[in-house]
Amino acid sequence: MKILVTLKRVVDYNVRVRVKSDGSGVETDGVKMSINPFDEIALEEALRIKERGEAEEVIVVSIGGDEVQQQLRTGLAMGADRAIQVSADGDVQPLTAARTFLKLVEKEEPGIVFLGKQAIDDDANQTGQMLAALWDRPQATFASKVELADGKATVAREVDAGLETIEVDLPAVLTSDLRLNEPRFVKLPEIMKAKRKPLETLSLEDLDVERAGGITAQAYEPPPQRGGGKMVESVDELVSELKSKGLL
Amino acid sequence: MSRVLIIAEHDGENLSPATAKTLTGALGLGVSDIDIAVFAADPSGVAEQAAKLEGVTRVLTVQHDDFEHFLAARLAPEIKALAGDYSHVLMPSTTYGKDVLPRAAALIGVNQVSDIQEVIDERTFKRPIYASNAIVTVKVDEGQPVVATIRTASFAAAGEGGSAEIESRDAQAEDPGHTRWIKVEGGEGEGPDLATAPVVVSGGRAMGSSEGFDIIYSLAKKLNAAVGASRAAVDAGYVPNELQVGQTGKIIAPDLYFAIGISGAIQHLTGIKDAGTIVAINKDPEAPIFEVADLGLVGDLFELVPELEKKV
Repeated sequence: MKILVTLKRVVDYNVRVRVKSDGSGVETDGVKMSINPFDEIALEEALRIKERGEAEEVIVVSIGGDEVQQQLRTGLAMGADRAIQVSADGDVQPLTAARTFLKLVEKEEPGIVFLGKQAIDDDANQTGQMLAALWDRPQATFASKVELADGKATVAREVDAGLETIEVDLPAVLTSDLRLNEPRFVKLPEIMKAKRKPLETLSLEDLDVERAGGITAQAYEPPPQRGGGKMVESVDELVSELKSKGLL
Repeated sequence: MSRVLIIAEHDGENLSPATAKTLTGALGLGVSDIDIAVFAADPSGVAEQAAKLEGVTRVLTVQHDDFEHFLAARLAPEIKALAGDYSHVLMPSTTYGKDVLPRAAALIGVNQVSDIQEVIDERTFKRPIYASNAIVTVKVDEGQPVVATIRTASFAAAGEGGSAEIESRDAQAEDPGHTRWIKVEGGEGEGPDLATAPVVVSGGRAMGSSEGFDIIYSLAKKLNAAVGASRAAVDAGYVPNELQVGQTGKIIAPDLYFAIGISGAIQHLTGIKDAGTIVAINKDPEAPIFEVADLGLVGDLFELVPELEKKV
């Protein structure tokens, strides 16, 4: 079985994102970029499945300009076997990404496509569900535990009510939540080895992907800031402040 | 003509408050025709509750035994089948809406607007990105349906007083047979629901253990509050995942929020930025939580919290 894992290049988790002063976007110049953390968790899970002998090959894929090769190389250094870059300019919305992954699914015929549940830039949380719809296969989103047996995946999902468990037939789309695992650190020899692993470049045109837009960003703004509060010295003062606000 | 369809969220017996909040978002569109669809094994009770919400035109019930549990692969084609009559299809931005609606959007052939926090007009919305570090205004092209989830913390629940007609519709799709619901664990906690409680008491990593959380539960009980937690506390295993407040947990807007032993990581603050009054109690006076708290108190949690419990 092959596992296809998507890696999106995003502003690093630790960067405090700022909106450009003209409201045209967020500042990305000179900002550290990384693999979307949820995708990194998805890759870690795929690698563990392979290391347990339940999959033969892990393929990482990313959509974007040549800069995404950095994230693909990191994925290869973590242990993926090969990488595919689908080159694309400009705004790639979730449905375009899902259509692209569907083309790769038809080519590679994976047993699992593993994505992060959302990317920490646009926070859309759509692509995995969309791919499952287009592929007409099961989805198990927000996974915090995955077990494979007999051509099925049993997945515990983080939902508002707690942990929901569902069983899906493979092939299927899985999306990772935070507590699925803790991704490994990449060691230097692995980075060297990753340079020799295959990285193929295709384009949206090669794959004959029809772009889906339909939603246009008009302006960006920073969030309203909460005003600074007041420090109190004692529980009694806190209680009287809350009483004076009518909250107790 | 503009018509809005809201897919109800419920547990088989009760309509979720998330649906009434989604309705408030829909009312902001300025569209007079708003229908609520109830998919259920036995929709009648939930449909009656939905029909009472002020501003609802029609409640559509779709009965099928498959709808005892909500599986996206089963529901998405049903939503697509209904969507043809509507300009807008909305669900709350709960884990249910997040799971189901993008699947329906892909079948309809459009991108979804996720997490609407403000409605500007019928096709223009504000939504948070980068964990709410930026707000983007987006416009959906004319001529394509608006498929969107509503950030429930940004909207008050619509009131009652309506008397919408209830119509039944037939299920249109078949069970694809590849997805089976097994079980759900959790949610047996006492007290009010975290997502909608007016008062929430949250603990962080500084609680130190599951037992350390006892003082949080105890204060919450006294205040008739829901219990929440930071990601760090959930990751450490002190409390179950459904208590997590923040970017990837629940986004809430209580009138009063207690952040106890929570440092205030940006991803936690994302989950509480619409709270009325934030009270922070922490031993570290430099903790970032104090930058957003309305009232801050520095000191030993294990002394201050029991004292607070006695005095409220």
